[in-house]
Amino acid sequence: MEYQAKELFAKHGVATTLGVVVETAEAAKAAAEEMGGVTVVKAQVKAGGRGKAGGVKLAKTADEAFEHASNILGMEIKGLTVNRVLITPATPPEEEYYFSFLLDRSNRQYLCIASVEGGVEIEEVAKTNPDAVKQIPIDPGKGVDAAKAREIATEAKFPEAVFEQAVTMIEALYTVFVEEDATLVEVNPLARLAGDKLEALDGKVSLDENASEVRHHEHEAFEIKDEADPLEAKAKAKGLNYVKLDGEVGIIGNGAGLVMSTLDVVAYAGEAHGGVKPANFLDIGGGANAQVMADGLDVILNDEQVKSVFVNVFGGITACDEVANGIKGALEILGDAATKPLVVRLDGNNVDKGRAILDELNHPLVTQVDTMDGAADKAAELANGGN
Amino acid sequence: MSIYLNKDSKIIVQGITGGMGAKHTTLMLQSGSNIVGGVNARKAGTTVELDGKELPVFGTVEEAMKETGADVSVAFVPPAFTKDACIEAIDAGIGLLVVITEGVPVQDTAEVWSYLQSDANTAGTRMIGPNCPGIITPGESLAGITPHTIAGTGPVGLVSKSGTLTYQMMFELKDYGFSTAIGIGGDPIIGTTHIDALAAFEADPDTKAIVMIGEIGGDAEERAAAYIKDNVTKPVVGYVAGFTAPEGKTMGHAGAIVSGSSGTAQAKKEALEAVGVKVGKTPSETAALMREVLANL
Repeated sequence: MEYQAKELFAKHGVATTLGVVVETAEAAKAAAEEMGGVTVVKAQVKAGGRGKAGGVKLAKTADEAFEHASNILGMEIKGLTVNRVLITPATPPEEEYYFSFLLDRSNRQYLCIASVEGGVEIEEVAKTNPDAVKQIPIDPGKGVDAAKAREIATEAKFPEAVFEQAVTMIEALYTVFVEEDATLVEVNPLARLAGDKLEALDGKVSLDENASEVRHHEHEAFEIKDEADPLEAKAKAKGLNYVKLDGEVGIIGNGAGLVMSTLDVVAYAGEAHGGVKPANFLDIGGGANAQVMADGLDVILNDEQVKSVFVNVFGGITACDEVANGIKGALEILGDAATKPLVVRLDGNNVDKGRAILDELNHPLVTQVDTMDGAADKAAELANGGN
Repeated sequence: MSIYLNKDSKIIVQGITGGMGAKHTTLMLQSGSNIVGGVNARKAGTTVELDGKELPVFGTVEEAMKETGADVSVAFVPPAFTKDACIEAIDAGIGLLVVITEGVPVQDTAEVWSYLQSDANTAGTRMIGPNCPGIITPGESLAGITPHTIAGTGPVGLVSKSGTLTYQMMFELKDYGFSTAIGIGGDPIIGTTHIDALAAFEADPDTKAIVMIGEIGGDAEERAAAYIKDNVTKPVVGYVAGFTAPEGKTMGHAGAIVSGSSGTAQAKKEALEAVGVKVGKTPSETAALMREVLANL
């Protein structure tokens, strides 16, 4: 979110105004009073187009700040509920620029994008006047030093009056990019304020989750619990790789690619069964032991939308008998909490042993189907009330 | 014949003494791979016994290569140390570096890639991965974690971003078999790309047809399609996972994310079909398409 991006900017010496984040209209009023003068009330959600959606308002008085905050808090922007607003002093820009560093995966390097023509509507500028949007490749092995920052500022044609500030800011933004292990550091707009002062008025930072895990545990603080889906939060607490979707067939599988594929296969199968869809992504990885399986089932069965569950495992390294025992153990752990039909497809390593274990278990909720397409069809049928 | 890996490949394992390293070294030995040693700076001079074979542990990749003649390294080091392990292997001039490790910070991989490109000496190393199952030339050698029991040798070349979909596809086509199957990994930046593998399969006389498995995120599949149009004469069948993935959510693999209109499965499928690649809706339909191709060869 914007205020978090600005915290990272400030930490690394990028000129910006932090403002105050509040969760109630009363607190918004108090913050505006404290600041005095005209303020801006800005919705804090992880989405672009907040201004267009009516999530950014200018307040001449503290009472107006109260009013705007009451309207904005609780509003939905691109499906996200606004729980926080940022109050900052209004600083009308004389000119707006665009600046970003990002991971350029296609070319396996970093890319700097800069434009001094228009800020917020950068996509529009890129279409109508592509020459005004400069793209400058950055070699990850060399990075951006003062000389490179100067080169970028020159190529982007930053005006004389703010040129030196731009050089300093570019270096600082690159520091944010590498020190925080970001995949995107964007300032939009980068504003020239009264008195030729250059400042990051709004910003966005996307962080690399792998790096957060390896060397930036402090990034956990950026995750706001009430913003997460409750099932996703529960799965995360159990160390599961889960994404909630909007559908009726719960999915458990091993391996990211196979699970993604399973979602697709279920969606196709669902076309013949009342349009049922996959309810989630859940990759239990290689270690499909009883506890992991039980944790996964527990999360999925707590999804009220779910009507059936499809367990799709290909035993590569994992043996199917281990997976079958995992399912058996999970059903024992869950007991009466297991309430929805399970369609299981096992194939690969030790498949015969695995299938035999489930045959012997003969659990009323479990149906085995030998192929992935066939099992998806069965799971979709069960999710559609057997039709 | 095969690509990148064959019966003469001499393999060392970086991180051979760790849990994953030891487990998969054992499985590689069982598959018949010629594993000649391992690397762990803190255990240099010792040996490890895996699958009944005593393997020497060296302090550095350079030393291991000098003593054993190794030309392939498989890395099972934790993500925090993967960058250094890669740079070490590249500096030693290893021919093929297979990085299995999942969870490597993407800027580390970006730096390794930059280093690989930096001069003629480093460019001699081919990197596969990170976050991949590695490469298998059935009946000859395995450098990675792909189960060697799924399928034997045959005319199909396979390149895939995903490990389990590689296994699934090998299983579906096990009666035909594979020249080489390579899992290139699901991270945003990887060493060997679909295009690299397509070029190598095109040049390999034993590969008669190619299966290419992609997934959402980035534009690697679109670029591969453009490459196929101008450079690949062998039949290619494709599969793309992630049609139902919502925008902005990472689906398991760090690189599997749809942002805006770019990186969607539909766009990738259309790009491949536009150059004559038949794309299956499911893994088994893809296998069926490949069967038709093979039956007509």
